[in-house]
Amino acid sequence: MEAIKTEALSRYFGGLTATNGVSLEIAEGDRRAIIGPNGAGKTTLFNLISGFLFPSSGRIHLFGIDVTTTPIHKRIGLGLSRTFQVTNLFPNLTLFDAILLGVQALNHAWLCFYRPIKSFQGMMRQTEGFLKEWDLWEKKEILIKNLSYGEQRMVEVIVALATRPRLLLLDEPTAGLSSAETALMVSIIKRLPRDITIVLIEHDMDVAFEIAEQITVLHFGAVIAEGTPEQIRGNPRVTEIYLG
Amino acid sequence: MKTEKYSRVVKSPLLFLGIPLLFLILFLPSLVSNYYVGLAIQILVMAIFATSLNLLVGYTGLPSLGHAAYFGVAGYAAGFLYLAGMKNLWLMIILGMGLGAITAAIFGLLAIRAKGPYFLIITLALAQVLWAIAFKWRSLTGGDDGLPGIGRPEIGLGINLKADPHFYYLTWVIFLLFLLAFSILINSPFGHTLRGIRESESRMKALGCNVWLYKYLAFIFAGSLAGISGVLWVCYDGFVNPSNLGINLSITGLLMLILGGGGSLYGPALGAGIIVLLENIVSGFTERWSLCLGMIYIVVIMLFPEGIFSVMRRGR
Repeated sequence: MEAIKTEALSRYFGGLTATNGVSLEIAEGDRRAIIGPNGAGKTTLFNLISGFLFPSSGRIHLFGIDVTTTPIHKRIGLGLSRTFQVTNLFPNLTLFDAILLGVQALNHAWLCFYRPIKSFQGMMRQTEGFLKEWDLWEKKEILIKNLSYGEQRMVEVIVALATRPRLLLLDEPTAGLSSAETALMVSIIKRLPRDITIVLIEHDMDVAFEIAEQITVLHFGAVIAEGTPEQIRGNPRVTEIYLG
Repeated sequence: MKTEKYSRVVKSPLLFLGIPLLFLILFLPSLVSNYYVGLAIQILVMAIFATSLNLLVGYTGLPSLGHAAYFGVAGYAAGFLYLAGMKNLWLMIILGMGLGAITAAIFGLLAIRAKGPYFLIITLALAQVLWAIAFKWRSLTGGDDGLPGIGRPEIGLGINLKADPHFYYLTWVIFLLFLLAFSILINSPFGHTLRGIRESESRMKALGCNVWLYKYLAFIFAGSLAGISGVLWVCYDGFVNPSNLGINLSITGLLMLILGGGGSLYGPALGAGIIVLLENIVSGFTERWSLCLGMIYIVVIMLFPEGIFSVMRRGR
């Protein structure tokens, strides 16, 4: 089954066509990179798939279910999780509390209002487990805004993983990272279990070619090439777009 | 470790002040005149009001400028009940909380869609609609003159609330119960969800949280809790009029919150104490007490932008 299937997906902002008839099929367990120059409509495509935007036309299926008009929180329930291009965390919460929100998502524990959250042993243990797994236990009391940029990018991914997704959308996970941090991020992503379908938007070609098994190239909102890293590397259109 | 803990306890300003403060609270009615007992009641009632607003502003990040609506609706409800001969305080509080919740449930449907300054203005406009109704519907509300002749309610147990000291102790009991309930609420998974929404709505959406629903529930909770303060105020004051629904009260609540510190459990109560005392004591010396308040604001915002309570927490 396809984790993501879109049919002739389009989205217009006034006169601007941000997404132009995109038909994608991403199989479960796939490692897919979406590349393309600035303004190619990569983030818009992510917003359409995750439900932050609704399409002007076309359809979206997640795991075989038509979610074209489904609100975000219900799509997340199907196992989708995403990160943001611009770090979008909880600046005034501690690292522990931020991860705990992800764990709440996993347990659907948003509503209970009569019992202290600290008394939910299971959620406390899961949060602790996540922090230890990612070697962040010592930093649990630090406010997110006081973490380094590289750590924040990492937490961005970890919070998304705390919901134990089946489908992970990563929006430029390595943007702004140093080469050492990029290498660490790449190893984290490559280490993720194979049953998680990963789709990432990437500007850094080396990162895209290293992680992805399939690459989709967007240009002016439309898919212009699709294939393995080797095929994409050898594609003259892609070279033309990227090198002018 | 042990000495560290010990020194922290000794240095804690709350404990250092705590014992004399406890005595002051317990014996206040025998130490000072009824005027000051009345001020203490006003502080406690306004503390409930400001704390209920804190659920929206400090915890959920929804800057409401119409919180007086729920205070006033509950106040009028208590007044009508009393004048209809039903003088039981618990009944008034239940009805006041219920009507506060219902009003908030209706206003929330209209207001929650808006964000930031737009939310501010919509909540203000909705509260002003109620103010206008109370002002114009003379036959029901007495219009500008309000509803006089509301006496002290009854709670049974042979306690006579007509005596201010008795009402004072009762207000403390209700305040402490309220604070306990509020602290349970904000420390629950629901409270944590609200903090997440305050920090990043879009991230909470990406985690699968139905942000609209939880904002709406916070709005209803806050309206219902504000109802408690409205009922107590009218029972203490013996009078309800349109200003109990008006923008001045909403703003006062916000100012208390900002002064004491939003997003902290005790901050708004501290702010309520400072403002009620200033309003009543400084106004005895000069008509320009609001000028004094203005200057205090500037100092607080420049020195402690997170409110006075944040400093006490840091000092520990």
